[in-house]
Amino acid sequence: MSDSVDQQIDQVVKNNDIVLFMKGTPDFPQCGFSQRVTAILNSYEVSFSAVNVLLNNDVREGIKTYSDWPTIPQLYVKAEFVGGCDIVSEMHEAGELQELLAPFKKEA
Amino acid sequence: MAPKPEAVIKMIRQGMPDAEVQVNVYSGDDHFEVQVVSASFVGKSRITQHKMVYAALGEQMKQAIHALALKTSIPKENL
Repeated sequence: MSDSVDQQIDQVVKNNDIVLFMKGTPDFPQCGFSQRVTAILNSYEVSFSAVNVLLNNDVREGIKTYSDWPTIPQLYVKAEFVGGCDIVSEMHEAGELQELLAPFKKEA
Repeated sequence: MAPKPEAVIKMIRQGMPDAEVQVNVYSGDDHFEVQVVSASFVGKSRITQHKMVYAALGEQMKQAIHALALKTSIPKENL
């Protein structure tokens, strides 16, 4: 992976409290897994950034190298890789995601 | 071609001999759920646990990763 794509991804991950690398957009997800993570995040009423990997193949491949994780979507919170759809779903069911996202809830 | 659940279980068991592996197939769907219970998961983050299962699947089964919903956990006696 080129240094600049890696750096770009690193910047995005560090500059956003919550960022989801996904297929499509939160309003128009292009895959079931991305759609599920978006729905879960929306249920917590947090603001999050989203990167549509379908727009840039370098990013689509680069994000997998960056996290050493083979699939998309990928959720990052405070620059830490949290996981993909399976892990996010598990954490949601276990109440762990609520804990993790509590500091980022939108003010009423 | 979608990987067969039986092949996936076999690969995971080969790579993680102490693991209990269960598969739930969603009828009419290519996707299936795989539950892996192993004492080797103790003290590890979910990401690390999932990576261990992915490693057991190896290069030939890379496609399988997209078809399965993975749930990892530690044995009750280790809680």
